[in-house]
Amino acid sequence: MSDEKKNGNSNQEEQYSLNDDRRVKVLSPGAMVAKRFFRNRLAVTGMVILLVMFLFSFVGGVLSPYREDQVFYRRDYISKEYVGVTENTEYRYLKLSDEYGAVQQAMTVLAIQQENSSFDAKGKTYDVVKEGEGLYSIMDGDTAVGAAYLDIISAEDSSVTFSDEFQYNALLGLVKGGGSFTLDGEDYDVDDTGMITKGGESVAVCSRYIVQSKTSGVIISNEFREALIDHLASEEEVFTFTDANGETAEYELVYDPATKIWSVKQEVSTQVFDTYSSPSKEHWLGTDRNGMDMLTRLMYGGRISLLVGFVVVIIATVLGIILGGFAGYFGGWVDNLIMRIVDIFYCIPSTPVIIILGAAMDGMRVEPKIRIFYLMLILGVLGWPGTARMVRGQILSLREQEFMTATEACGIRVSRRVFRHLIPNVIPQLIVICTMSLGSTIITESTLSFLGLGVKFPYASWGNIINDVSNSFVLTNYWFIWIPAGVCLMLTVLAFNFVGDGLRDAFDPRMKR
Amino acid sequence: MRKYIAKRLMLSVVILFFVCFIIYTLMRCLPASYVETMAMELSQKPGAKSYQEWLEQLNAQYHLDVGIIPGYFMQLGEMLRGNFGDSWKFTIPVVEQFQKCIGVSFIMGAISLVLEVIIAIPLGIIAATKQYSKTDYTITVFALAGISLPTFFFATLLKLVFSVKLGWFDLVGLVGRNYNTLDEMGRFLDKAHHLILPITTLVVISIGSLMRYTRTNMLEVLNSDYIRTARAKGLSERKVIYHHAFRNTLIPLVTIVGNSLPGLFSGALITETLFAIPGIGYNSYQSMIAGDIPFSMFYMTFLAILTLASNLLADILYAVVDPRVRIS
Repeated sequence: MSDEKKNGNSNQEEQYSLNDDRRVKVLSPGAMVAKRFFRNRLAVTGMVILLVMFLFSFVGGVLSPYREDQVFYRRDYISKEYVGVTENTEYRYLKLSDEYGAVQQAMTVLAIQQENSSFDAKGKTYDVVKEGEGLYSIMDGDTAVGAAYLDIISAEDSSVTFSDEFQYNALLGLVKGGGSFTLDGEDYDVDDTGMITKGGESVAVCSRYIVQSKTSGVIISNEFREALIDHLASEEEVFTFTDANGETAEYELVYDPATKIWSVKQEVSTQVFDTYSSPSKEHWLGTDRNGMDMLTRLMYGGRISLLVGFVVVIIATVLGIILGGFAGYFGGWVDNLIMRIVDIFYCIPSTPVIIILGAAMDGMRVEPKIRIFYLMLILGVLGWPGTARMVRGQILSLREQEFMTATEACGIRVSRRVFRHLIPNVIPQLIVICTMSLGSTIITESTLSFLGLGVKFPYASWGNIINDVSNSFVLTNYWFIWIPAGVCLMLTVLAFNFVGDGLRDAFDPRMKR
Repeated sequence: MRKYIAKRLMLSVVILFFVCFIIYTLMRCLPASYVETMAMELSQKPGAKSYQEWLEQLNAQYHLDVGIIPGYFMQLGEMLRGNFGDSWKFTIPVVEQFQKCIGVSFIMGAISLVLEVIIAIPLGIIAATKQYSKTDYTITVFALAGISLPTFFFATLLKLVFSVKLGWFDLVGLVGRNYNTLDEMGRFLDKAHHLILPITTLVVISIGSLMRYTRTNMLEVLNSDYIRTARAKGLSERKVIYHHAFRNTLIPLVTIVGNSLPGLFSGALITETLFAIPGIGYNSYQSMIAGDIPFSMFYMTFLAILTLASNLLADILYAVVDPRVRIS
């Protein structure tokens, strides 16, 4: 430093005489400190980081197009099982006459299995006539008493049930490749695809396949059923269907050989929280587990973290100055009492106390906003003993110095003596302590929030953003959730430490370079 | 000296009395959810007494039915008799649970303290002897970064890199999956393996302050007159630093290291919780969250005693090491 000054002044040496005051540039103590501070590269770096962090947190929050608790949604497509189709391979039975009972039915099963053309039951002989693929008639002489069938008849109007005679006739028509029958004075036509029509209007359809709706509230129309069954034969996986309203939907067919069920799946779009989306143009740091913009949360989190830090340090410092000042200035029993209180506070293990109070606030369901105030208060009250000790120590030594004797001799009143002459002399150390404890307070707050005991949702803090890693899936896969918050936290605390360190060096006149 | 120690001990007892009182008051003011839950549970058993009766009985059992001050004296009396009660969470006597978990905490603390001293003191001395050099800046930045790193963030980073990406360590826990099938040696190695990450965390987080303390003290010593004299005599720089300066730096260092000895027993609450190491810190965290008053109370009292002990130890050590300090 002296080198520079010499060079700068050598040119002007002719203008000033050797003992001219102007020859030496006189700096006020404040300017000296500033000069020393700004020469410290680390301290300046810290200052810049802090400035950036403040802008990021306090201005960034305003500039961000999103709010702190704005939730984003995305449309998610889920392949949902729409209907299930099974091929009927079990014979079902129609009772066309009262004499066709359980025994006859059991015998029918046997006869079909063994491919017998007749069986005896209850002293009678019945013929089993194969009418076609999937239909057997059980005849007693010329009258059909029962039938075994595979194709299921489902009515167009689901409230209608068909009589056994109707079903038998329809099935007969189907296996014969089409035909017509008359029942109860109505004429019905059956075509080879299984459509049953009455006067050109379709009333029912028979098919080997059972189509069941898998989602509640879905009624499957016969058109859909038909189109689907037609499609099954083609063995294509994608099925497109246009319903009566002209809406086309795509379905995916999946066949499960184990259960012999075709699942017809439909892509259903649902609105979901846009959780853990990767960084993109809209969300530079992605979104968190609630679908909130991460960058915006980070900014607001910074606000809370910095604010908590400042308020706590201010509370602790004010308490520390008042109590330490009293103890130092008055001495005697006041000093003794205050210092014992300081000792007691020093001994209270602060981390467990804060954790217990956090858990208690959880138990009492304190509102998140009020919780932040409580948190500040608790941290502040637990933080003052260090400051008080330092202030007292400084004042004890300053009290004995000549300038204090001078103030006494001048008759300056006590409050003025303390606050105008003693406290300003402690300010350098106070500033250093405050800067350093800002960093550690931010760490304490974020640790608490990380444990879920500090700042709570919906408010963000850098600590509770990192809290997400308690889910190890987030830890592994979503770095963008927690790394930025951790880096912000570390940089801020580091910057406070740099600045505090630089200030200490700058204030300390012994630290010459 | 003896008189001084006796006086300090007396004072410590008084302080402890008040600290315990504050802790007890705090505990009593908590919503006593644990007792209520337990009463609810007990009253629902077939043929049990009503909830109200159970609540009264439990409150009486835990001395929760009397006022805070008489309750405190009752509790204090029990504690002085060495009866710390049963832990509500662990359902065994507090002291037993404490004995179970203190070992691993102490080992963790001891290893990290040794590592800290081995790493921090040489680095601090190097930084001081080469003040304002690149080395000094690097060491200072490293030390400050260590201080500034939040424990939970650093531990999570370690987990991500070494447990998830590299797969060298388990994410949490003190013992591995097949611990029970291992022999003595294998068990020891398994535990040691699981302690690597927690100890690394502890060392990195706490190394900074000791390093900076060494540097500051070394700088102070290097600026003193007898160092100038030693240099003026023409001694080699090596001899000046390691013979004359270092010995005098040792005085505050011994004090601060001695000061942290009682802290070995206090456990590392955050680190143990993060790595689920069943030490005193993790156990007390669990008990605090569960509202287990006896165990939390015991832990906090224990911590207060440790703080008092380390303060006392620091003062005594300072007088023992530095002949210039005379205690009156």
